[in-house]
Amino acid sequence: MNIPVLEAVHLSRALNTPSGPKPLLGGVSFRLGKAQVMAVLGPSGAGKSTLLRMLNRLDEPSDGKLLLNGEDYRNIEPGNLRRRVGMVMQRPYLFPGTAAMNVGYGPAQNGVILSAAQTGDLLDQVGMSGYADRDVSTLSGGEAQRVSIARALANEPEVLLLDEPTSALDDDAKQGIEGLLAALVRERHATCVWVTHDVSQAGRVADLVLKIEAGKAIALGTTEELLGA
Amino acid sequence: MLKLLFHTQLSLGLAQAATVAATALIVAWFSARRGAKIGREIPFALLRGLVQILLVGALLALLMRGPWWTSIPLLIIMIFTAASMVRRRVPELPGAYSLSLWCMCAGAGGVILFMTVMGIIEPKIAMLIPVGSMVIAQNMNIQSLFLNRFLGEVGSHRGEIESALALGATPDNAVAPYLRASFHASLIPAADNLRSLGIVWIPGIMTGMMLSGSSPVYAALYQFVVLGMIFTAGGLSCLTATYLAPRRIFTGQQQLRLLG
Repeated sequence: MNIPVLEAVHLSRALNTPSGPKPLLGGVSFRLGKAQVMAVLGPSGAGKSTLLRMLNRLDEPSDGKLLLNGEDYRNIEPGNLRRRVGMVMQRPYLFPGTAAMNVGYGPAQNGVILSAAQTGDLLDQVGMSGYADRDVSTLSGGEAQRVSIARALANEPEVLLLDEPTSALDDDAKQGIEGLLAALVRERHATCVWVTHDVSQAGRVADLVLKIEAGKAIALGTTEELLGA
Repeated sequence: MLKLLFHTQLSLGLAQAATVAATALIVAWFSARRGAKIGREIPFALLRGLVQILLVGALLALLMRGPWWTSIPLLIIMIFTAASMVRRRVPELPGAYSLSLWCMCAGAGGVILFMTVMGIIEPKIAMLIPVGSMVIAQNMNIQSLFLNRFLGEVGSHRGEIESALALGATPDNAVAPYLRASFHASLIPAADNLRSLGIVWIPGIMTGMMLSGSSPVYAALYQFVVLGMIFTAGGLSCLTATYLAPRRIFTGQQQLRLLG
């Protein structure tokens, strides 16, 4: 079998507290191939975001192993790893300045300055043509999330992590962003981990589903098997 | 009025201290009634300050009879104590004591040493201790302001910092805007002191020098020198902190620690 793009083996995380380790997530294993989309489903506080933060190495696993194209995460310099495994957060957290500055931020960290055409193209892809020079403080929630998606794509990541990217948006913006992300993932043949608590959204966008409850992985299977979609 | 009642220098000094302390206590009482937390700290701070300064006065009276180098251990103790005071302002910062110590050594320590070698601070106990302590004390305030503001900025911009990390930024780049803001904010009081010197206030050292018979022009110049030293020491310690502080809030894997 081909080497999976992203593989987790018995991944766990516990928080060290004065009263001893507090488990946040335990025993998560999965293999994700090229262009596969896996939805991570579960109620609030189940450990979905904890999983995603470990996949971007914003948090360190207490146990288990993570492999990117067969290479152990621990052997990859964190900045380099995060460029290869991009992440869109629940809230966009744009940096003060223009949309173009935000889109160019990631590549600039690697010494690459995007041309105006490249920035414009990325903004076109997220439906924000003509917004390059707009101050991000003037954007709506949906527009800001679109810019944050373009910002993550600018690094050309091999894996895209989406942490409930539509949950902080109103219904109209939610549908627009979901459609946009689903289309971008398909067009780019991106490997994607999409955290959501919305079962119908998981059914619409994912090939695989990982169900998490109370810090434990309780099921992993195809969307058809687990959701009957 | 007090001079009519107290005739020796010591009794007059004690009466003056008691009057000022009573005034501050009244203000502290009103502050506490308004719910200000600082109001409850004031009585202890006043008592502690009075005892400390009296002890230092007595110690100085003893040291004045000894060689100049005896001021060195005293200044070193002051730096260590100041670093410990800074740590109390930012208990949530891992390694705050050693960080403050390094920063104060680079700032206050470096400036006192350089100015002494240059002959700007005369190598005499009567000069080294009062001027050195002013530089150290102000350096401590600037350092506290810097770290306090920096941790506040990090706490309120956690999302932005982690977004920057998630895009491949180094920890230094991820916190650069917050280091700049903290650096600027911590030096505002020292810069304002320089800017308003002579117009808004005539500081203590100048007053003291004039009272002891120095020419007002030389006293004014030396006051500028002291404020310049305070600003330089503060700037140097904050610059050092901009290099060291990010290393305390990120793990070796470039992850932002949970603070507090």
